[in-house]
Amino acid sequence: MELLRIVTAGSVDDGKSSLIGRLLFETNSLKDDQLDHIVQKSKSKGIDYIDFSLATDGLLTEREQGITIDVSNIYFTTKKRRFIIADAPGHVEYTRNMITGASNADVAIVLIDARKGVLEQTERHVKILQLLGISNLIFVVNKMDLIDYDLTKFQSIEKDIQQLTQEAKSKIHLLPISALKGDNIVSVSKNTPWYEGLALLDLIETITLDLPQRDENVFQIQWVIRPQLKEHHDYRGFAGKVNSGQFNVGDEITVFPSGLKSKIKQIDRYGTAINTLHEQENATIILEDEIDLSRGSSILSTKGEERIEKTKQISATLCWMQNQPLNLAQKYLLQQGVHLVQTKLTPSAEDATAFNLNDIGTSSLRLSEPILGTPYKDNNQIGRFILIDPQTNNTAAVGFIQ
Amino acid sequence: MNTLKQLEEEAIYIIREVAGQFNQPALLFSGGKDSIVLLHLCSKAFYPGKIPFPLLHIDTGHNFQETLDHRDYLMEKYQAHLEVGYVQDSIDAGKVLEEKGKYPSRNSLQTVTLLDAIEKHKFDACIGGARRDEEKARAKERIFSVRDDFGQWNEKLQRPELFDLLNGRIHSGENVRAFPISNWTELDVWEYIKQEKLELPSIYFSHKRDVYQRDGQWLPTCSFHLIEKEKIENKTVRFRTVGDISCTAAVLSDANTIDEIVDEIKSSSFSERGARMDDKRSEGAMEERKKVGYF
Repeated sequence: MELLRIVTAGSVDDGKSSLIGRLLFETNSLKDDQLDHIVQKSKSKGIDYIDFSLATDGLLTEREQGITIDVSNIYFTTKKRRFIIADAPGHVEYTRNMITGASNADVAIVLIDARKGVLEQTERHVKILQLLGISNLIFVVNKMDLIDYDLTKFQSIEKDIQQLTQEAKSKIHLLPISALKGDNIVSVSKNTPWYEGLALLDLIETITLDLPQRDENVFQIQWVIRPQLKEHHDYRGFAGKVNSGQFNVGDEITVFPSGLKSKIKQIDRYGTAINTLHEQENATIILEDEIDLSRGSSILSTKGEERIEKTKQISATLCWMQNQPLNLAQKYLLQQGVHLVQTKLTPSAEDATAFNLNDIGTSSLRLSEPILGTPYKDNNQIGRFILIDPQTNNTAAVGFIQ
Repeated sequence: MNTLKQLEEEAIYIIREVAGQFNQPALLFSGGKDSIVLLHLCSKAFYPGKIPFPLLHIDTGHNFQETLDHRDYLMEKYQAHLEVGYVQDSIDAGKVLEEKGKYPSRNSLQTVTLLDAIEKHKFDACIGGARRDEEKARAKERIFSVRDDFGQWNEKLQRPELFDLLNGRIHSGENVRAFPISNWTELDVWEYIKQEKLELPSIYFSHKRDVYQRDGQWLPTCSFHLIEKEKIENKTVRFRTVGDISCTAAVLSDANTIDEIVDEIKSSSFSERGARMDDKRSEGAMEERKKVGYF
């Protein structure tokens, strides 16, 4: 069954957790003991409806404050599809957690409170989703019941969304819903006769994703397998994953960064020899020649290898994610896949002061060793990296090569 | 790529990252189905080499004998190296006190033994079989979850985790819990067990056992519980999760094969951890335990 990864976005109190709780309830994904628990808790909080947000807000402080701080990962399955929803926080100070949730999503559901319309935080989230290149953005105008399902108000929000997504390459969808009352969640609601689209569940069950064709063939090495056992005495296999493209037995290869050349002798998948290795698959590659290769190096197909830029100088968009702002005097570590190099940053003139927590800006980066310089927009598997602050060991930023 | 294959690829990638990024990792092994799946994934990740790190079992002393026997069998089969930390040692050393009352459980005591074992062996990463679908606090946990030098999880300051870029850098004294099967559901685990023909301890399958009913649940008789007025009955049961014998309830079940178990789970109206008394103690019971260093 096909898997769809969804992230929720939108400002605080727009009802993200409630919507997910509602989806879980409507798809019979809440077990009796979980539902009982929610009903009991709703009663003891003195509210006269079932507070579905209690299904996902998992931290004590979250339930205390009635907000979402960190991403919750929710799993459910319908007859048509499997879903993982990353329920991301709406507060500005937790934007880094929202990016964590969004980074692995295929589709984003952006909630908007019908009474408040597009807010600053909605804009921020949409900007991040576009930066990540999420292919489908589903805008849901929630709490329609609180504006009496008013078409005029909905249309005015629609206009704002059009403006916000003018330059978006993503596919845009727009629905009026009420997570609380259940309008347009599993079936089209009588309360919005003017709405002609699908109910939310139908939409996410049928949305199709275009898988990009990637020409760059890159296999990154995580671990060198040398069993040193009698029966595998000369075995020396490079275990890793195909980040992009594919490989076949017999392919001429070039190692990055060393530039050494060889040929693929054998591809092992857990003891079974295979001929072709596809994108995102793990395997162990054995080469014809005894060449020096270690963790962090990449195997590239020699054919087309010259099209992949190798560079010690890149320009990138960065989202800053640690509390300590960028320190120009210090070095950072750049991690591309499993490859680590040192780097120093020079922010662009207009973003010179922009790198505080949750800021987005551009910078040029000078590297101690070359990395693969393919821009994110051309190949999102290669053109992304994180910066690690060696003082704190924290992930300081996520970067997208321009 | 089907979902199960996708999940297997993700898990093996994570396991290799643990081996690549840390000096002294270990695989936490409880003997339950999730850790058996993990052990199998680890052996695949480094095939034909051996698993390049030891397994760590925290033995509470409140075990199902079947699980212990199966553990020893698996160590032979996978040629794995096992370290055991004993909760009894922590009690004897006066580090923890045995719980009193109606449900004396050693579940919360094992945290101390775990942290001691981590310190003793200088483990900088522990691979665990936690899944995000198990419980609400687990649903928030990162794949690489950093614990400070007191073993604590700071839920409000988790590291961002982008794409498949895992950052396992830590200061000395800290350690990382790594969760390769985070994105698996209970059903995925069972379907994988079936696909890979993995062997499980017999208590997962239906069998006759002396049980008694307490608070609506069927508990196995064991020497650690005081049975007062309850009637002991011999029932056909199985266990859906394997924790301590003193805190794991049985379900009445005839399911004897993996297919029957999968059907049973699909039609079950109770969640997996619904049978774990340790989670029922309070709202946020799991989170409280995780904060102080629980698995």
